[in-house]
Amino acid sequence: MVPADQGGAVMRADLLAGTIAGLDDALATVDAFDRILVAGLLRPQPAQAVGLTQLARALAGTPLASRVAEAAEKAAAGAASEDHFVALAAARTALLGSVHDALMTQVAEATGRPGSEEIVTAPGGQQAANLLAAGRSWLSDLARSGWRGLDNDVVSGSAQVVSAMLPDPALRRLATLLDGFAAELAASCPGAALERVPARRWADLWSRAMLLTLPGAADTPVTGTVTGRLLPLGVDLQEHATAVQAQVHAVFEPADGTVSRLVRASVSAPKPDTVVGAGVWQLLRPHMSLLAAVSEGRSMDLADMPVTAEGDLIWIDEHARPGQPADPFATARVALPTAADAAAVPLDRHPARIAVPVFLEGYAARKDDDALTFTVAGHPLAVDTDRIPAAGPLTPEAVAASGACIGLLRWDAGSFSVQPLAVETTVRKQAVAVHAGGWAGGTTGQAGVKAEKAATDAMSVLRERAGRLLRK
Amino acid sequence: MPDWEKSSTARVIPPARPRKLAKVPFVELADGRLQGVVSSGSDIERVYVSSVAAGTYAFACSTNNNRPCGGARGSFCNHIRALINEAVLQYGAERVARYLRVEIADGEPSAQGITAGVSATPPPRGDTMAAAPVFSRFLRHLAYLELATTTAPLPEMQWFPPTRVVP
Repeated sequence: MVPADQGGAVMRADLLAGTIAGLDDALATVDAFDRILVAGLLRPQPAQAVGLTQLARALAGTPLASRVAEAAEKAAAGAASEDHFVALAAARTALLGSVHDALMTQVAEATGRPGSEEIVTAPGGQQAANLLAAGRSWLSDLARSGWRGLDNDVVSGSAQVVSAMLPDPALRRLATLLDGFAAELAASCPGAALERVPARRWADLWSRAMLLTLPGAADTPVTGTVTGRLLPLGVDLQEHATAVQAQVHAVFEPADGTVSRLVRASVSAPKPDTVVGAGVWQLLRPHMSLLAAVSEGRSMDLADMPVTAEGDLIWIDEHARPGQPADPFATARVALPTAADAAAVPLDRHPARIAVPVFLEGYAARKDDDALTFTVAGHPLAVDTDRIPAAGPLTPEAVAASGACIGLLRWDAGSFSVQPLAVETTVRKQAVAVHAGGWAGGTTGQAGVKAEKAATDAMSVLRERAGRLLRK
Repeated sequence: MPDWEKSSTARVIPPARPRKLAKVPFVELADGRLQGVVSSGSDIERVYVSSVAAGTYAFACSTNNNRPCGGARGSFCNHIRALINEAVLQYGAERVARYLRVEIADGEPSAQGITAGVSATPPPRGDTMAAAPVFSRFLRHLAYLELATTTAPLPEMQWFPPTRVVP
C-alpha cells in the first residue's frame, strides 16, 4: 500500500471511493422490506410477498433462516404475530449489520488505525416485561397499518407506554427512541396525505425499537475500568424534540502505557420541546465535568472510570479531575493515528451508527448551492454542515474557509460524509480553532451570552410553572 | 443531495424555534388542534387552556379548573390570539397555517394573517371538554424536567442529528 503523502495522520479519502461487493444487493433487499412497511401488513399485496421472500432468501444459511422464513410466510398471508414481526426486524437488522461491517472494513483502511476485537455479548438482566410487551404491541400495530395508514389513533397509542418507561433508567433507550419516533409519526398524520415517506428512516427506527423490546437487548454492561489521560477531540450533539445527548469523542491514553484507544463519553437528558439552543447545554452541563474541560481545551485524568466493550465511558465526575491544557488539533495530529478504534456490539452494527473520528488537512473546500465538499487528495468528500449545532461558535462558513478539520466520518443514503467537530481557520487574519461544541461548558462572547440568557429565562419559566402546577 | 427516502437520518420535523415562555408556556399542534396553555395576566395560580381546531376553527378557552373564559364569547379572546402568535414563533407561520388548514389571503403567512383567516367568518364554539386532556399534556411536558440525566450512552440518538434548517 502506498503511504499517504501528507503523513500518517490524515485520512486516505481515496480508499472510501471503492465499490463494495454485494452492497447494492443488500440495500435493495432492505429497500424492498421498507416498501412493505410503507403499505402495511394488514392486507398484504403480491408485491409485498415478493419483498418478504427476498428478505427471507437473503438470510438463508444464517442462524435466523428458519425463523425469518416462517415470519415472511405468515406476514405475506396477513397473519403475522408479534414474534414474527420481531423476526422480520431482526432479519433487516442483520442485513444492515453486514453492510456496516463492509463499510467499516473500508473505513479502517482509510484511517489506517488499528481495530479492536469483535465483541460477543450475552443477554443481560430482566426488565419490566409488561412495558416492553406494550411497546412491542404498539410497534406491531404500526407494522399492520403501515406508514400510509397512519392516523392519530394509531400513533397516540405510544404516549402512555413512553410516559411509563421514561423514569426507568433500564428502559431509557427504548423510551427515548419511541418518544422521538412517535413525535415524527404524529406530525405526519394522516399518512395517506404524505407527499413522501422517509421509508429507510422509519423502518430503521421501527426495527431497532422492536429489537429493544426484547428483555436485555438494551443492556450495555460495564466490562472494566480505565485509569489514564483523556484527550478530547470534540463534541457530537444529537437531539429530538424531547431528548438531547452530547457525546465527547476522545483519545484515551492508559496510565500503564498500553496502546491508546478511542473512547466516547455521553450525557443525555429528556427535555421539554421548548428547551432548545443553549438550553440543552445548560441541561447537560451540571452532569458531566468533561463538558467544561472540552470548552477550556483541557485533558482530564481518569481514575477507575467504568467503560463498556464499545469504548463508552460511563461517566462519574468523582472519577475524573481536570488535567493539563490539551489542544484537540495536537491530539488529532499526534495521538489519533495510533489510537485503536472501538468495536461495535451486534445491535449497534448499523451504518447510521458509524461515527469515526478522522483528521483532514490540505483539502480544497468547494461550495455548490448549499452543499460543501472537501476534495481530499483528489477525492471528493461531502461535508455534513447541517449536523453542526446552531448553539455553538462553529458555522458552515467557518468550515468552508478552513484548512484543517477534526470530524466524524459517517455513511448515509449510499455515501460517506464528514461531520465537522472542529476546524482551523482564519478569522480577521488570525489563525483560530473553532469547535462545534465550544459552548458545551459555557459561553463567552456576545452571541453566546445572549443565547444563554434566553435559555435561562425559558427554563426558569418552566421550572416555576412545574413547581406551581405539577404536584396539585 | 442524498436520497431523502433512503436516508436513515432524514429530517422529518423542523426543530422548534426559541421563544419567550412567560405568557404562553405551552403550545402544540396535536389531536387536530392548535392547543396550549396561557398564563393569566392577573392571577399567578391560574392558567387558561385554549385551542383552535383545524379545518372548522372551532375554539375553546377555559381555566384549568374548567371555568369558561369571559373573553371567549362569540369571538376570540386575547388568550387565543396569544396562542396563535406564540405558535407562529415556535413552529413558523407556514406550518401553523398548514396544520389549521387556513387559506392565507395574500403573500407570506403570518400570525396576523392566520388570526384573520380563522376568524373571517365567526367560528363556532368548540368543546370545552378538551381542556382536561390538553392540561394533562402540559403537565406531562413539564414532567420531563424531573427526569434524571444519565451518562449511559443512548446509541439510538445517532438517528436524531440536529439540523440548522429552521422552519
